[in-house]
Amino acid sequence: MAIADTQVPVAGGETTYLEAIRQAMFEEMERDPSVFLIGEDVGVYGGAFKTSAGLIERFGAERVIDTPISEAAIVGAAAGAALMGMRPIAEMQFIDFIGCAFNQLTNFAATARYRNGNGCPIVVRGPAGGGVHGGPFHSLNPESFFLNTPGLKIVAPGTAYDAKGLLKAAIRDEDPVIYIEHKFLYRRIKETLPAEDFVVPIGKAAVRREGKDLTIITFGAMIYVAEDAAKELEADGVSVEIIDMRSLLPFDEETMLSSVAKTSRVIILHEATLTGGIGGEFAARIADKAFEYLDAPIKRVAAIDTPVPYSPPLEAFFLPNKDKVIAAARELLDY
Amino acid sequence: MPTDVVMPQMGESIAEGTVIRWMKKVGDKVERDEPMFEISTDKVDAEIPAPASGILTEILAAEGATVAVNSVVARLSGEGEAPVPAGAPAGAPAAAPPQSSTASATAPAEPPAKTAVPAAAATPASPQAGANAAMASDVSQEASGVSPSDATPVAKTPVPPKAAQTSTEKTTSTDASSQEDSGNVAALDERRRTKSSPVVRKIASENDIDITQISGSGISGRVTKKDILDYMEAPQAAEQEHAQQPAVAPGSRPAVSPMSFKPGENVRIEPMSVMRKRIAHHMIVSKQTSAHVTTLFEVDFTNIDKLRKRYKEHYAERGAKLTYLPFIVQALVSGLREYPILNSSIDGESIVYRKDLNIGIAVALDWGLIVPVVKNADEKNILGLAKTINDLGERARTKKLSPDEVQGGTFTITNPGIYGGLFGTPIINQPQVAILGVGGVKKRAVVIETDNGDAIVIRSMCYLALTFDHRIIDGALADQFMAKVKVAIEKGQFTL
Repeated sequence: MAIADTQVPVAGGETTYLEAIRQAMFEEMERDPSVFLIGEDVGVYGGAFKTSAGLIERFGAERVIDTPISEAAIVGAAAGAALMGMRPIAEMQFIDFIGCAFNQLTNFAATARYRNGNGCPIVVRGPAGGGVHGGPFHSLNPESFFLNTPGLKIVAPGTAYDAKGLLKAAIRDEDPVIYIEHKFLYRRIKETLPAEDFVVPIGKAAVRREGKDLTIITFGAMIYVAEDAAKELEADGVSVEIIDMRSLLPFDEETMLSSVAKTSRVIILHEATLTGGIGGEFAARIADKAFEYLDAPIKRVAAIDTPVPYSPPLEAFFLPNKDKVIAAARELLDY
Repeated sequence: MPTDVVMPQMGESIAEGTVIRWMKKVGDKVERDEPMFEISTDKVDAEIPAPASGILTEILAAEGATVAVNSVVARLSGEGEAPVPAGAPAGAPAAAPPQSSTASATAPAEPPAKTAVPAAAATPASPQAGANAAMASDVSQEASGVSPSDATPVAKTPVPPKAAQTSTEKTTSTDASSQEDSGNVAALDERRRTKSSPVVRKIASENDIDITQISGSGISGRVTKKDILDYMEAPQAAEQEHAQQPAVAPGSRPAVSPMSFKPGENVRIEPMSVMRKRIAHHMIVSKQTSAHVTTLFEVDFTNIDKLRKRYKEHYAERGAKLTYLPFIVQALVSGLREYPILNSSIDGESIVYRKDLNIGIAVALDWGLIVPVVKNADEKNILGLAKTINDLGERARTKKLSPDEVQGGTFTITNPGIYGGLFGTPIINQPQVAILGVGGVKKRAVVIETDNGDAIVIRSMCYLALTFDHRIIDGALADQFMAKVKVAIEKGQFTL
């Protein structure tokens, strides 16, 4: 089958977050014949968001596999294939449905290395996050469901560079990686990426903005909320440091703690709901290892503890935003 | 089972206590709850009851020793059990306390050992860099363990709140409304003020700074990291520290030629008690803080005398000794309501109006002075005030005050007239802004004006001296306040 030119990605130049994901899959499938993609509508349709457009034309239906609507089957099949030497990428059409594959991920894939001595190198990826009026089934941020599962890795890129580099790193990793992509960023984020091959190592955070008065620890789409808040605070002479964790399991404790040591005030910002969220783990780690560097309580800004509302005004109320971050920052600065 | 007897935590901010006196000897039989020893802390002196019945087998903190709270100071064994021989390995904690108490006893005024301080952090020139370098090294060697010298409780103790006050904690007025809450709010405010934050405590202990000496810009007057770093950078910081140390040991003030007495000279040298050092420190700090001015009023107590005579027995039946004080407190309350600035504190460049009227009453003790506080004095009638004042005074003299009862004062009364003094000019009890000194009430011949012309009569007269902080209270205002108090006293109309 002939491939339309526009569907063959060209690395380098101005690239959206979504295109970065497509490029990463395309390039990794080119590089390694054991890499394949499996999921709902990933083949002929090119993915619900067109993240896999052009892949089936290039690599054929054996490596770009359309499945029935069964996430348990998708992840289960991918995990089995991984144990047999393949490198599957399993797509959840929306990451919300990863719950259907919870058993395959937590009991099977995560424990494989311990049980067999071999890792289970699958990537389970899918669009996460709110702000697009998707309601309860299409807005989830599921990282903390999996945080308590040793054996899994979790990444959540917030830039196009990281989207590409982390996906490549995830595909090349020897263990199961949950790759959380933020659908709000798909076409809103555009960056100039290098033409050559690169990976972003799993487990390393990035300092998005340097500052000295206050640290915001965040990831995913929230890095932009943090940035907006930081700009407004800067106008008042407050210097904010933003740490993009981007790898959530394992996470970069050293970068986080160094920043807290520098600023002594910290906000943890995430889009998932507050209670039981990853912010609690970050906070505990800071309290444990940087206690003597704190000059104020550790603050968390997160979504309200409810299902993600469908109504746009309610969703706006529910999600963390610039004003909530600034309010928390003021509280800490006045402390 | 041997029972450990520990130095109790007498209040949130207390880090250590001094054993003043053992009431039991090794080998004595002790009943549970029987007073075992007496301690002195930054807040109160107290008798400590035995945690269990048994035989006192070991005393680990000698009289005069200052030890960290929760350190083991003695051991009790169950009756019939063999006493634990001294030095026996009776569990890990046993090794440390004697060591710490020795260290503290020989140098009670010194801060905790700073043995584990990284070199970079000790460079005062760049405190920020120091603090960060310390962090970097901590983070990178998080698993490196504790250095041996760090293992004693003393080294672990946070910087002792040297100036933890006798009823002088800082309270900002908050909107926390209900009266039940006000105690908690005060405690929270005080915790913020004295404990600040982990990073501030770390910097303070590494640089031997008493954070209560720094004016805080944070919540509840808390010293923030920026405050302490600015304080360290300020050129006068070093001298100030030096100037303040002598407050504890006046003999070494730079202004005064240092005195040193050698053994053999005809003198007797006694170390100051914890309470004495604390009082010395507070007095000097207050003099250095406020612009003291004293105004003097002559007030006619004749009507109060009449009331006392009339109600004395009635009050005695109800268990209250009726002195002048309840009347003075009630008169003060009426003045403070009208002139709330007398009931305020200064916080940096702000005036903090304190909504509670908590009147501290200085109580002279054979061994010093303490200021228990009549909380919410405006809510009590004369009977309530009399009972409260009797009770606080009695418990001050028997060392049974709780730390909470010497905190939260917003205005203080002292009584220099008790031994016949005409009047005194008291020193303000920080962070308050005024203090009333009550002279002796004495019958004098005074000239009064009547409709039938001037007359010389015998009246019970008293001099009231108000010392106020001229930084925020001007003379006119102080005198208006005193005029109001004077009228209230002379009219003799009280809520009995």
